[in-house]
Amino acid sequence: MEPTLSVTRPWSGRILAILGILFAALALAVMAPAPATAEESQDDVVEVEEDLVEEPEEEYTLFFRGNVQFEGEALSGVLITIEGPAGFSSTVETDADGRWEVGVPEKVVYTITLDEETLPEGVVVAEGGATRDAEFGQTSNASVNFFLGEGQRVTQSIWSQVLDRAVTGLNFGLLLALASIGLSLIFGTTGLSNFAHAEMVTFGALMMLTFSVYLAWPVWLAIVAALVLSAALGWVLDAGLWKPLRRRGVAIVPLMIVSIGLSLAMRYTYQFFYGGSTQQLPGATIPPTIILGPISLSWIDVVSMAVSIVALLAFGYFLTRTRIGKATRAVSDNPSLASASGIDVDRVIRIVWILGALLAGISGVLFGYYRPGVSWDMGFQLLLLIFAAVTLGGLGTAFGALVGSLIVGLFVELSTLWLPSDLKYVGALVVLILVLLFRPQGILGRRERIG
Amino acid sequence: MLDWGAIFGNAAIEFISPTTAAYALAALGLAVHFGYTGLLNFGQAGFMAIGAYGYALSALRFGLPIWACVLIGIGASVVFALILGIPTLRLRADYLAIVTIAAAEIVRLLFTTSEFDDFTGSASGLSAFQRDLEALNPLPDGSYGFGPWNFSDRTWFFLMIAWVVVALCALLTWMLMRSPWGRVIKGIREDEDAVRSLGKNVYSYKMQSLILGGVFGTLAGMLFVFPRAVVPSYFQPTLTFFIYAILLLGGAATILGPIVGSMVFWVLLSFFSGFVARAVAAGWFPFMTQVQAGQLRFILVGVAIILIVVFMPQGILGNKKELAFVK
Amino acid sequence: MSSDTVPSKTPEKTTGLHVGDPAPGVKKVDPILIADHVKRTFGGLTAVDVDHVEIPRNAITALIGPNGAGKTTFFNLLTGFDRPDTGTWEFDGRSLAHVPAYRVARMGLIRTFQLTKSLGLLTVMDNMKLGAKGQSGENFFRALLPFLWRGEEHANEQKAMDLLTRFKLDAKKDDYAASLSGGQRKLLEMARALMSDPTLVMLDEPMAGVNPALTQSLLDHILDLKAEGMTVLFVEHDMHMVRHIADWVIVMAEGRVVAEGDPHEVMQNPAVIDAYLGSHHDSDLGETESEHVTAMKELIDDEQ
Repeated sequence: MEPTLSVTRPWSGRILAILGILFAALALAVMAPAPATAEESQDDVVEVEEDLVEEPEEEYTLFFRGNVQFEGEALSGVLITIEGPAGFSSTVETDADGRWEVGVPEKVVYTITLDEETLPEGVVVAEGGATRDAEFGQTSNASVNFFLGEGQRVTQSIWSQVLDRAVTGLNFGLLLALASIGLSLIFGTTGLSNFAHAEMVTFGALMMLTFSVYLAWPVWLAIVAALVLSAALGWVLDAGLWKPLRRRGVAIVPLMIVSIGLSLAMRYTYQFFYGGSTQQLPGATIPPTIILGPISLSWIDVVSMAVSIVALLAFGYFLTRTRIGKATRAVSDNPSLASASGIDVDRVIRIVWILGALLAGISGVLFGYYRPGVSWDMGFQLLLLIFAAVTLGGLGTAFGALVGSLIVGLFVELSTLWLPSDLKYVGALVVLILVLLFRPQGILGRRERIG
Repeated sequence: MLDWGAIFGNAAIEFISPTTAAYALAALGLAVHFGYTGLLNFGQAGFMAIGAYGYALSALRFGLPIWACVLIGIGASVVFALILGIPTLRLRADYLAIVTIAAAEIVRLLFTTSEFDDFTGSASGLSAFQRDLEALNPLPDGSYGFGPWNFSDRTWFFLMIAWVVVALCALLTWMLMRSPWGRVIKGIREDEDAVRSLGKNVYSYKMQSLILGGVFGTLAGMLFVFPRAVVPSYFQPTLTFFIYAILLLGGAATILGPIVGSMVFWVLLSFFSGFVARAVAAGWFPFMTQVQAGQLRFILVGVAIILIVVFMPQGILGNKKELAFVK
Repeated sequence: MSSDTVPSKTPEKTTGLHVGDPAPGVKKVDPILIADHVKRTFGGLTAVDVDHVEIPRNAITALIGPNGAGKTTFFNLLTGFDRPDTGTWEFDGRSLAHVPAYRVARMGLIRTFQLTKSLGLLTVMDNMKLGAKGQSGENFFRALLPFLWRGEEHANEQKAMDLLTRFKLDAKKDDYAASLSGGQRKLLEMARALMSDPTLVMLDEPMAGVNPALTQSLLDHILDLKAEGMTVLFVEHDMHMVRHIADWVIVMAEGRVVAEGDPHEVMQNPAVIDAYLGSHHDSDLGETESEHVTAMKELIDDEQ
């Protein structure tokens, strides 16, 4: 143990400098067309009893949902209006899949109207009328379907639902794996449980949003730019923050707390510039046109899965076949031994940060399409699932993180067949705790050797 | 011109507000966990939610007397601590961190879901559960106080309850930490294998510490919701992170640190947000909207956590001498 | 290493500990610790596989062997810090299988660690007091009633002061343990172990990393333990030290006990020579290992 009283001076400015750079970068990025931040200007400035809790958004947990289709084709942009007691009224538009969903406050009868004006020409509500009453049964979800033209109502058997959800879950698991592997490798090489990893995921999506929507660059170019910046973020974080902290010999637990502070600062910096709303990436609302039996996918889903698989394979190749990848695994296994055998540990860690951030960025873009939508806290919603995946697979192993992610992804999606959707994360988290109870080293981890 | 009087006045209120007391107590619980025992509990928000809902549900749904509501809250948090501790206290420290944060989220989501709306009030929560308590208020109706500290009799009543509870818990912690029990606890923080080799049942001590700090969190949850309604969205993971910020600011292994930390934290935060909000309204920062001004304080808290950990790991009240050995 | 340090007193060797020829697993006249079929594997690797071994009472026994022989793992197994796959072992006639580490310690079997585990941010005095057994103030509820444990606390303080004086740490009693030197921490750890009046003290490499100026007093302290009626089992690499103070030597290699005997005889045992010299073909030999093997070779030459 060495006294670490000496305070290196350039340090004081460093954290501020990083945040300054981040701030400036985001400011530049958002500067272009005006973002949606000024929508809720408040007249009343004085808030005496302010609680430091995130403003509860209008989070309803009862949902009406439905699917507007005509001859197997999803119809987007159809307006649905819901009216209820106490002047409750809400209007939504069907998304690219023809789906719509409205949260309501109470379990009572609501009147739901489909605006026939917004249907394509020649299509009308065939039977039952465009206005109808709806109420909830035992669950918090109720589906309301309108029958258009000669369109047939589609009912799905349980097995086709399982299959459909499984494919969705696989897609989710793959994008989760991209984020988890980065977290796992950073943990393996530095011992840091990085709570700010979720913000690296969000960063990728926000950059994609900036370039493709605000700056209206072509999609391919926007993706390249978003990923380059994501990788750059990894470099900046390691060079500006984590490496100096390692140099100072800051222990693992304080480092973890630093990452919590960083997560908080970054997340609200995003909200500062991008506002609290959800925005769509170009093409995020393309209807599902690929129908394989019960499975309906949009080509975005297919591309997303392909991208995940290619990225994972490339990363696997990097880890197992390249010199630097082998060095990474060596450092992950035993840093002091690796260092003694001539591996430049700092360089390996730098590369791990860059790659981890790049993978997180890809994951963010894909998550922006998966949800669909990009918002300031989207990554944070994933954080616990990422931790769950990494812990399930076994801390510090890349392959374990992949397996853990697929399990979590499938579990989250399949559980919605039985669990209400507002409890779908609960299932995954309960499984995490149960696995730790019976197999603390994770599914693929090795039992640790004592002494 | 800015209304400096109001800015300072509002900041001064935070010095003794019931919220400050509740955060101080939650931070004291984390001091027991993290500062003294070395347990990484990232689920303090879960313990607080259990306290708040334990009280509110017992009062509203079962119509129990006050003492029973409090005991049920405490009992529930003991059970919660056992559930968290049994699988994780034998494992490495970061497993506890992950499990506690996950468990706290499970608790919050269970209170949020509309499945149990009839019982929990789901996202809109529960209110008017503190009627029995208000009936005990000995203060005559009206507003009292001096300077900026002018509150209604109801606020004074909750405020006094809150600070009395905080003082009692701080006294309890002080007595424990100077006893041989506290010595074992601090030994575990330094090296649990060494303590084990000296014949102490480390697992049991860690569990006792987890329960004690968790009960403080539970009481803090009750104090926090007494003046208001209870809503699940109060108990986000971010709440735990703020309490860590308070703990680190005050000094992690101190009794008064969490209390002083909470006061300093809230006064500064209130001053900062009051100032920025008014400055924006006065057009001093044309590039910022009111909404953005509100978000600035969260960014500030995050930066403050980083700076404290790096430059002032001992906090305001921590022992400077210790710093020389902190790795 | 401290090859020319010798204890200030000439150690009195205890002899006649065993029954019959000194072979691996030989019976002892009065064993304090008996282990049978203790086996521990990590993945496919067998770290420890001890058929039978007995540790003689009131003697100093050294456990030696090349790196990776499983000495520390065996220590961990005996003291409850690790669980074997199979096996039984008993201490003073009481079975220790599946007994958790803290209970093992309470039974009077106290160990130290290869890397010192002094509690850095506790004072030296608090470190010592933590070592005392059966403190009623360590109970959560009784801790709140100081009058219940004040007396005990004073007695422990007295005892700790005596030990600290003996170990020449009394001047440091109010300092943080983290401010001590590596050797002082080893001394503190040993002194702390004595706070509980153990019957068997197990020292894992007590000399590793200790400044030569302190080795002298450490050796004396170990000899004192025996004089006070305690049993000592220690792992050590410093062969000179082993030869000087050990009454009995147990040699491990590749997880097994390959030889036993008094320190002089055991050095001539072909199995020992094999264990040390034959281990050269092992792939993961570190530098310490080769130094160690060289030292061992010299000693073997000495004996012959």
